[in-house]
Amino acid sequence: MMHWIILPVVLPAFLAPFIVLAARYHIGIQRVISIVGILSLIAISAGLAWQASDGTVTLYQLGDWAAPFGIALVADRLSTMMVLLTSVLAFFVMLYSIGSNWDQRGRHFHALFQFQLMGIMGAFLTGDLFNLFVFFEVLLIASYGLMIHSGGNPRLHAGVQYVLFNLLGSTLFLFALGAIYAETGTLNMADLAQRVTLIDPAATVGIRIAAVLLLMVFAIKAAVVPLHFWLPSSYAEAPAPVAALFAIMTKVGAYAIIRVYTMIFPPDLAVTSGLFGAWLLPAALISLALGMIGLLAAKRLDRLVAFSVIGSMGMVMVAISLFSPAGITAALYYIVHSTLAAAALFLITDLVRAGRSNLDITAQSPIAGAVPTAALYFVAAIAMAGLPPLSGFVGKLLILNAGFETTTMAWIWSVVLISSLISVVGFARAGSTIFWKAASVPHPEDHTPAEPPSIMAYSAVGGLIVLLIAHTVLAGPMTNYANKMSTQLFQPDTYIETVLDTPGKLSGADAKEH
Amino acid sequence: MDILSLANTEFFVASAIGILTAAGMYLVMRMRTFPVIMGVSLLTYAVNVFLFASGRLVIGAPPILTDAETYTDPLPQALVLTAIVISFGMTAVVVMIALGAYLGSDDDHVDDTVSEDAP
Repeated sequence: MMHWIILPVVLPAFLAPFIVLAARYHIGIQRVISIVGILSLIAISAGLAWQASDGTVTLYQLGDWAAPFGIALVADRLSTMMVLLTSVLAFFVMLYSIGSNWDQRGRHFHALFQFQLMGIMGAFLTGDLFNLFVFFEVLLIASYGLMIHSGGNPRLHAGVQYVLFNLLGSTLFLFALGAIYAETGTLNMADLAQRVTLIDPAATVGIRIAAVLLLMVFAIKAAVVPLHFWLPSSYAEAPAPVAALFAIMTKVGAYAIIRVYTMIFPPDLAVTSGLFGAWLLPAALISLALGMIGLLAAKRLDRLVAFSVIGSMGMVMVAISLFSPAGITAALYYIVHSTLAAAALFLITDLVRAGRSNLDITAQSPIAGAVPTAALYFVAAIAMAGLPPLSGFVGKLLILNAGFETTTMAWIWSVVLISSLISVVGFARAGSTIFWKAASVPHPEDHTPAEPPSIMAYSAVGGLIVLLIAHTVLAGPMTNYANKMSTQLFQPDTYIETVLDTPGKLSGADAKEH
Repeated sequence: MDILSLANTEFFVASAIGILTAAGMYLVMRMRTFPVIMGVSLLTYAVNVFLFASGRLVIGAPPILTDAETYTDPLPQALVLTAIVISFGMTAVVVMIALGAYLGSDDDHVDDTVSEDAP
């Protein structure tokens, strides 16, 4: 058995307590441990992704218990890609938080960061629904700590909303899990995929309710309208590096939807047919429109970026809700793009704060380091709005193409294109007010020039931008790989066989019992 | 008729879950931190009982495989234990954060105040 799969979960789980216990008062040591930890995570996840790239599905049985009795971690193309994306994102976010000294503005930043990584990695790798719930809670409880890092009343207030909303989401998740267990008697994803096909088509009430409840839970995580209310305040008030890391958390919801609704409840499954198509696509289109309109209406830069996250999640969900291989391919390409772009924008928001008292989109005297910040904002905004030549444009083309032959093509095309136009106007308005108009506003008499952001902070944002450009230049290979991922998702037989047929303790007992 | 027959027990448990959920939802919608936290607690109680019942209710049977004819499904009980621990921890966290927010700004509203910076 290959033990490497558990390492992305175990490594942060060991580093975090070590940071708290051994390096509590030494910020330097904490930083070194964090960076080294994340670099080794990148190496491990790159290795896992390389191993999964030829289509092999690797299984890790905890305690050697055979599925469905034990918890299984599964590494296939999709999960290893998400793990790699998370660790790369974490590296640049950590670089920024060190470069901008955010990690010193409160306690335990590095430990919470590692716990957060542990939760995210676990959520991507697990092959068990209840285990997914547990990892959701791990990532959430770490995110509560990170979200209110360095305190302040507006942040605490937003934190209360965020925690309560997610508590309700967790409760809903448990209701969904209970309903699924009551209907099928298992929570292992591969086992579930087999058992739902055995359900009598005449008695599907329970499993249909459970499937919709579960979709609602993931939609909360993915901030799909009308379940998006937690996002704007909490992302805007969270410390910038934390908000940048949170860019991957909405994708955890998207990932869970892709995983569960291609494997367990695939679109052609009789018992749940016609359930999601009816309202998931309209909800996704509304999120897209609402996110971009909110972006245009935002009065503060951090809220503007938060709404752009809602919009881009709407875009991802439009592609997912087609539930076709082409749609999932487009969604996967766009997920990578929007994670990097949203993270870069949140970090740029923090760069703008240098020398400004607030983030209102009004003309104020020029900020320190205005030229490089404006340049970075320009590139990141182009990427997020989906203008050529960057990856947002390629992703949008893929989504439009995936929606081309469907019956809802008119809706998809018009909403995607009009909302893109709105987002371009919104980004342009904010950018020109903050960076251009500022030149005409003189500094006040008693002005002391603010310290421009450090080189390290700039290089972190620059690194994300370089990744975005690489994602554009390598759009061909990336799309091919996304295509392979979605092919693997729509043919889950290998996954199911690997999970269920690998021998372990108690294997064979299942057959006797039933 | 036996008041603790299986049918009656199922009815009582189902009603308890329903009442707890309804009360919890009502309290959550009060939009002040104390009622909301109480409501969330009630909801977690409801979901714990729900999870427990998801393995079917059986009266007077052991939760392990023995020579006996019937047994209770032990897995939901393990799930409930996990859920209780998690919801307990989460409630403690939210109490601390809500207390901090209340003491800092002397305001226990959960929703945004309309004045300042709506979007």
